[in-house]
Amino acid sequence: METEILKIAAKHLKPFLLILSLFVFYRGHNEPGGGFIGGLMAGMALVLYAGAFGVEEAKKLRLAKPLFFIGLGFGLALISSLLGLLVGQGGFMTAVWNQWQFAGFSLKLGSPLLFDLGVYFVVAGMLVKVIFSVMEEDV
Amino acid sequence: MNLIIAVLIGLLYATGAYLLLRRSIVKLVLGILFLSYATNLLLFFTGGLSLMSPAFDDGSYPDLSQLSDPLPQALILTAIVIGFGLAAFSMVLIYRFFKETGTVDLDELSDNKK
Amino acid sequence: MMILFLPILIPLLTIILLLIVRKKLAYQHILSVLSVVAQLIVALSIFNKLGESTILVAQAGGWPAPFGISFLADYTATILLIAVALLALPIVIYSIGFIDKVRQQGGLFVLYQGLILGVNGAFLTADIFNLYVWFEVMLISSFVLITLGAAKQQLRGSVKYLVMNLLGSSLFVAAIGLTYSQLGTLNMADIADKIMKQGSTPLLNSAIMLFFIAFGIKAAVFPFFFWLPASYPTPPIAITAFFGATLTKVGVYVMLRFYSLFANMDEAFWQPIIFIVAGLTMLFGVLMAASSYDIRKILSFHIISQIGYMLMGIGLFSLIGLAGALFFIVHNMFSKTAAFMAAGLIKRFKGSYDLNMLGGLYKSKPILAFLFLIPALSLAGIPPTSGFFGKLFLVMGGFQSGEWLITIVAIVVSILTLFSMIKIWNEAVWKPAEEKAVEPSNQKLNPLIIAASFAMTVFTLFLGLTVFWTFDSFTEAAAQLLNPQLYIDAVLNNNRPALN
Repeated sequence: METEILKIAAKHLKPFLLILSLFVFYRGHNEPGGGFIGGLMAGMALVLYAGAFGVEEAKKLRLAKPLFFIGLGFGLALISSLLGLLVGQGGFMTAVWNQWQFAGFSLKLGSPLLFDLGVYFVVAGMLVKVIFSVMEEDV
Repeated sequence: MNLIIAVLIGLLYATGAYLLLRRSIVKLVLGILFLSYATNLLLFFTGGLSLMSPAFDDGSYPDLSQLSDPLPQALILTAIVIGFGLAAFSMVLIYRFFKETGTVDLDELSDNKK
Repeated sequence: MMILFLPILIPLLTIILLLIVRKKLAYQHILSVLSVVAQLIVALSIFNKLGESTILVAQAGGWPAPFGISFLADYTATILLIAVALLALPIVIYSIGFIDKVRQQGGLFVLYQGLILGVNGAFLTADIFNLYVWFEVMLISSFVLITLGAAKQQLRGSVKYLVMNLLGSSLFVAAIGLTYSQLGTLNMADIADKIMKQGSTPLLNSAIMLFFIAFGIKAAVFPFFFWLPASYPTPPIAITAFFGATLTKVGVYVMLRFYSLFANMDEAFWQPIIFIVAGLTMLFGVLMAASSYDIRKILSFHIISQIGYMLMGIGLFSLIGLAGALFFIVHNMFSKTAAFMAAGLIKRFKGSYDLNMLGGLYKSKPILAFLFLIPALSLAGIPPTSGFFGKLFLVMGGFQSGEWLITIVAIVVSILTLFSMIKIWNEAVWKPAEEKAVEPSNQKLNPLIIAASFAMTVFTLFLGLTVFWTFDSFTEAAAQLLNPQLYIDAVLNNNRPALN
């Protein structure tokens, strides 16, 4: 599997795939897309890298810390569920929305987006963890 | 159309059940996957089979009778995600199983107990 | 009613913290113990609050009842919450001393918290799809726990466990789909309300039957029990103890809940089915236990047999029957955990679980013999242990309702259980030590293990001795289950958003 073409492709595609995954994640705000699909894409970017360079090499990447990302994802989800308690008169798991406007450009952010970001990290982390543990020859 | 879907779901369940009864652990896992697909499809069509528009897609609030029920779609999404996790786990499990025992045949295992 | 979410939030928070400190075992130990203690405090304060309003309801996200996900704590759920928190503490401490470092590094404590998260969620939720999600949380944690360390026989046992439980989950989701297509709601109170008002439809009945089969698989009742003895004895015994105390009991709890809400109006149809299943579950479990010679196998088969007693209480559906069943569930959680822990100590000391290899325990380690004696007597139902009272209430309920056959089966099975416990006692404790026995390991036993096992034994004893003080709560729980209208009103009339 370790061919030059794949190596070069994987090396240069990785940042694009990660950016694309973030875009898909943000698009899920109002249109098809979202944290789950974005997370899958981000995970696949690392898996592609591992396919080209081997798992050992891929594990040295700064992004390849699956358990950390799973924890981070859970943490974000937890925070998003608690935001409703801290802000406004909501309750546990109530969505909080806020809108920013600058120069005719409006950005609407809310706690569901934070939750989705949590999903993104958990899915990406889990995918990497599972596939790496299968790809490793000697477990 | 309803009949076709019903037959399709039945066919998926039958395939799943058949694969579950096979000796190979790989087919066993495939059988579970088929069962969960059949279930997801069943869940999906509990919202009623309709060609109506998705709920509230453009912010307007049209006649409610023209909208298809969005809840089963949300449920099936959850079920798919859970199924994804379980499928990933089962795959790793059979891989480890093969590494440990050198076989994918369940019957061979019961023979060499201990 | 923010407090209802705490039994879920605390384990979730602990999981996050544990993932952060996963390299440092000492921190993991401290965090796990703290988390379980916090859960115990929360469970007790929920119980305390119940005194005022008897049923607590909270709506997640502030959505009104049939649309959002409701959480509900009545006496039944709260008693079980307390029981799980109470036994999780000794189990965590026992695991610290008992389970090897590799498995602890592999995320043992994270998975424990995941299991508790699922169990607590399943106790509290009042929404069937949410219940499915909690079941999956519980199952995924247990899947990983049962294969943790990936020893050969663990992988073998886990295949059956995985397949049967996934099959159960599939049926569960199918049943949810059918229910939704018939009633257009997922809220348990709303479903019960609609069934009561509109009556049942054939498709709805088949959905309830599917629920029964799905939870039957999870609770390991006859004829779906075979995955349990195949998989439970394979992981380290602390994990087995945790499984035995929680997984099947959640299945039984949900059956109890569903029977009370959805099926009790159709008693003529359901009661015979439940009794037949209960009787056969009891008999098969105890007979298979009688033919085994591995302590873990014997105890696992007894889990099955005792599920039968709980089902019998559900089938009786009378005040004393339900209270007895609930008391029996709690008794079984405690005694079984204590028995498994003692078996683990025997293994540590004598090097085997096989009765043929054991012996002479009384001479060499009388304390161990005592640690095993109390839960064994309790499981067999000798007064004044909790097992005796649990069975007494069930038998009383049986005679009161005039269900002679199932009651006689229960009594016979009880005697067979005693036989089985005597067998372990004779072989492991009384009989002179085997010559071929494995040399006892000279390594010093970790005092934590003995302390945890001792604590569990004391809990078991305590539950039996204080029965006349605690039984009021169990009767209160049974009274609530007997009157599903209370549940319906509590959920559907609580439409204001959860503020505090």
